[in-house]
Amino acid sequence: MSPLSPTTPAPVLLCSHELVCERDSEPLFAPLHFALGRGDLVVLEGVNGSGKTTLLRALLGLNPLRATRLEFLGRDVLGERHPLRAGTLMLGHLLGLKGDLTVRENLEFALALADEPAAADPDALFAELGLAGYEHTPARALSAGQRKRAALARLAASLRPLWLLDEPFANLDAPGIALVERLLARHRARGGGAIVSSHGLSTIAGASAVIRLEHPH
Amino acid sequence: MSALRPYFALMRRDFKLALRRRAELLMPLAFAVLVILLFSIALGGSATRLAPVAAPVIWVTVLLAGFLSLESMFRPDVEDGTLDQWLAGPVSIIGLMVSKALAHWLLFGLGLTAATPVLAMLLKLPVELLPMLLLALAIGSFGATQIGLIAAALTARLRRSGILLAIIVLPLYLPLLIFGSGAVDAVRLGDSPRAALLLLAAQTLLLTTLAAPAAAAGLRIGSDNPP
Repeated sequence: MSPLSPTTPAPVLLCSHELVCERDSEPLFAPLHFALGRGDLVVLEGVNGSGKTTLLRALLGLNPLRATRLEFLGRDVLGERHPLRAGTLMLGHLLGLKGDLTVRENLEFALALADEPAAADPDALFAELGLAGYEHTPARALSAGQRKRAALARLAASLRPLWLLDEPFANLDAPGIALVERLLARHRARGGGAIVSSHGLSTIAGASAVIRLEHPH
Repeated sequence: MSALRPYFALMRRDFKLALRRRAELLMPLAFAVLVILLFSIALGGSATRLAPVAAPVIWVTVLLAGFLSLESMFRPDVEDGTLDQWLAGPVSIIGLMVSKALAHWLLFGLGLTAATPVLAMLLKLPVELLPMLLLALAIGSFGATQIGLIAAALTARLRRSGILLAIIVLPLYLPLLIFGSGAVDAVRLGDSPRAALLLLAAQTLLLTTLAAPAAAAGLRIGSDNPP
């Protein structure tokens, strides 16, 4: 059994009905209905301030959320404090890297603190990320793009079924973008799903659906 | 895989980070030594004048020095997004708070306690009082760390929290200070320090049971306002 499949493999990872996030008791976007299946990649589009980050954070239980239905891995999680808790990996604007720790230590501690198994082959992993030779460099000495790559190591090593990525292409060069796409493709091939936010300028290859966040009025 | 792995990992991480930022680690120690020096100069340096006040002054100084380390307890984890990952993740926040408090006490509470003999020498504390002072400080600083954990968690997402932190923490230090320096005073006056020491330990125990859940709840407040 692959590490991603739960005890009863649900074809749908995440589904929601009439999901709304609010800011100052004003809805940020028109109610959302969506279903994310295994192997799906949903692109979250919207202009700046349309609530993309807020929606991703709300799914993680960091922001309030209203919905009539929210199911994750076939389980009703509406009303739980952190609905997607054990099954989700988030990568946001804040990368969660410690400047004083090396690239390798950052990955080790991030995995251990999230109670995920250590990376099977960290050397190959860093080589794929283009960070070979930087494993023992403190994260603060890296460039913005390299820091992003160091944070992507979390994705490459993760076995979580659902990825929530907030603007994963920011700060990356063309090979970096190809790298994210490769990580996403591998994740989907293993039966994982992903929601990826984008400001709509760059198209994401192979998306199964697009959610557009529209202003409610 | 051990069920305690995330909690040990956090302690190891905090030790590693502290050792890479040695200046921050040594700052409270330097502060304590300087304050004690000022007191010994202001009080005139004669052993008869210093002996009755030495223990209380050391207590206040150690509490204030420990307070200096509180602001950086959660601030870096808030600013780089680590905290959000913990809150959204599967690992118990209460458990992480226990690790955080333990690591902080081992680094600062026990560190300052270990430096106390130097402070005691500067203030000409009678040698026979030193064991009791060390014991009381070791217990009391653990309680003070728990108070600090709650206050640091509550103020972690505020930008300028220094004064607010002081206003929350310093009054709560008072009971620890009363019984902590009371235990040393009892020895100085030839009484039994037992009652004061037990009350100090009881407070510390009570604080230890309350601190982790309270801090975990504190960190959740305002998670919808990322930095």
